[in-house]
Amino acid sequence: MLTKQDIEAIAHLSRLEVGEDAEKLTEQINKLLDDFASLQAIDTSEIKPTSHAVPMYNVFREDEVRPSLSPEDVIKNGPDTMDDAFVVPRIVDTD
Amino acid sequence: MELYELTAHELAELIRTRKASAAEIARSFAGRIAEKEDAVKAYITVTEDKMLQAAEETDRLAAAGELLPPLAGVPCAVKDNMSTAGVRTTAASRILENYVPVYNATAVEKLEENLIPMTGKANLDEFAMGSSCENSAFFPTRNPWDLSRVPGGSSGGSAAAVAADECAFALGSDTGGSIRQPASFCGIVGVKPTYGRVSRYGLLAFASSLDQIGPMTKDVEDAALALNVICGRDVMDSTSLSAEAPDFTKALTTEIKGMKIAVPREFMEKGIAEDTKGAVLAAMKHYEELGAVVEYVSMPNVGYGLPVYYIIAPAECSSNLARYDGVKYGHRSPLSRDTFSMYKKSRTEGFGPEVKQRIMIGTYALSAGYYDAYYLKAQKVRTLVKNDFEKIFSEYDVIISPTAPDTAFGIGEQTDDPYTMKLADICTIPANLAGIPAMSLPCGFDGKGLPIGLQIMAPALGEEVMLRAAYAFEQTSDFRKKPAFPGGNK
Repeated sequence: MLTKQDIEAIAHLSRLEVGEDAEKLTEQINKLLDDFASLQAIDTSEIKPTSHAVPMYNVFREDEVRPSLSPEDVIKNGPDTMDDAFVVPRIVDTD
Repeated sequence: MELYELTAHELAELIRTRKASAAEIARSFAGRIAEKEDAVKAYITVTEDKMLQAAEETDRLAAAGELLPPLAGVPCAVKDNMSTAGVRTTAASRILENYVPVYNATAVEKLEENLIPMTGKANLDEFAMGSSCENSAFFPTRNPWDLSRVPGGSSGGSAAAVAADECAFALGSDTGGSIRQPASFCGIVGVKPTYGRVSRYGLLAFASSLDQIGPMTKDVEDAALALNVICGRDVMDSTSLSAEAPDFTKALTTEIKGMKIAVPREFMEKGIAEDTKGAVLAAMKHYEELGAVVEYVSMPNVGYGLPVYYIIAPAECSSNLARYDGVKYGHRSPLSRDTFSMYKKSRTEGFGPEVKQRIMIGTYALSAGYYDAYYLKAQKVRTLVKNDFEKIFSEYDVIISPTAPDTAFGIGEQTDDPYTMKLADICTIPANLAGIPAMSLPCGFDGKGLPIGLQIMAPALGEEVMLRAAYAFEQTSDFRKKPAFPGGNK
């Protein structure tokens, strides 16, 4: 059973704020985790995991120069931009 | 008969024989959208001008004697999670409310290469997460068969647009049933191709190992024609398959004598509505009358599909949606003081409740200490589900089942209980886990007059046998009907 504190920790890892929804989310997520429990009873000790439905290994292509987006296009959708750059809040502390 | 009522292949024939121009057809759909969109709300963005321009270009090329591609001039709706250069692409999320891609998804590029005009961007559950279209951040889409009901999801806008004749066909995407379940709810045909048949480049990723683009159409022939347009290897998607895509229309014969059809008991048991079960039983009998061999089989692990999916899909989603950080595109919170608050506030304001819940489940399932218990375990059980299919397909050509346990439910009816709603995907999820092709086509109506869908599944790259089974059923039955717009006719 996950607690409200667990949910808040998961929210932080997810870069989300849960605020007043924490309790409701705790209940909902616990309900889903209950259902996942049915998987634990299955013996999978000899079973290999499937990460991809179609087996695929090392897809290679020629290393050729191809057209790509212009810097102008790349920053076009940025919420805050300057010249060819995205503007973000200060990352390094001033003090 | 209005032009907008016709199938894609009928419209293509009119253009080929010069009985109608692409512009006339585009104007017919524009008029239909203007008439019905207020009631149905299938589109987030209608691209009428762009559609008319593309149609006029098609007519110019035709007049110049150019050989046109088969579906040239036949208008198509595109689910709003596929990137369209210069046309807003939202994934029905506030976080992308003003996002205008600078490039086309490969599937969209192929529509353009084939001179297929786009009617608009169809509504969906936010980031394709949901089964009813109610999770759209903007508005719910309504089912043309009964406007108080959902069209299904997540490709609900695409399905409703096809059913309401607001486009000739549509593209959807299917991660756990998001093409097939709305096709079933709206009485149309929906195909999820083999994983990798259609490039995912430019599809706003939800769960990359499960997502697949496919057509939603008025009949099986249209589905084959649309597959011819969108399938094929793409260097921009390294998971796209190198297998040559055949001409799928060649598979359309009604000759299915001796075809071996399996019906897994597990798909016909608990939770399947009586009318739905009755329609599938009737379809089984119909196939026998056509000369197919229909037998019950068992797929013991298929029932684990739902919990496996609800671990794997959120895990992949939590990783894919990490890109929405308020920096490069999408919403940035005005409350961003530092990078942490920028990430957290932007994402909290931008994502809806279902998306947040799935990101959190996925984050938990992938976190240190829980990875083995949840994610790795789910991947192992995924192998068991896949093995169940391989065993059946070693003896049978196709598998049939209901597409959804019941017909379309009422708007607002199931949102209080997200888990019950997830059961709507119980029949469709296994095909995504196994990567196999699967489709839905109409096979009857319930007591309320709502359409019921029959699901047909085939082995990987087995689209042709699947389409043949569907075509044979469709051509010898009479379930292809149009909604009468209860309460919606003006």
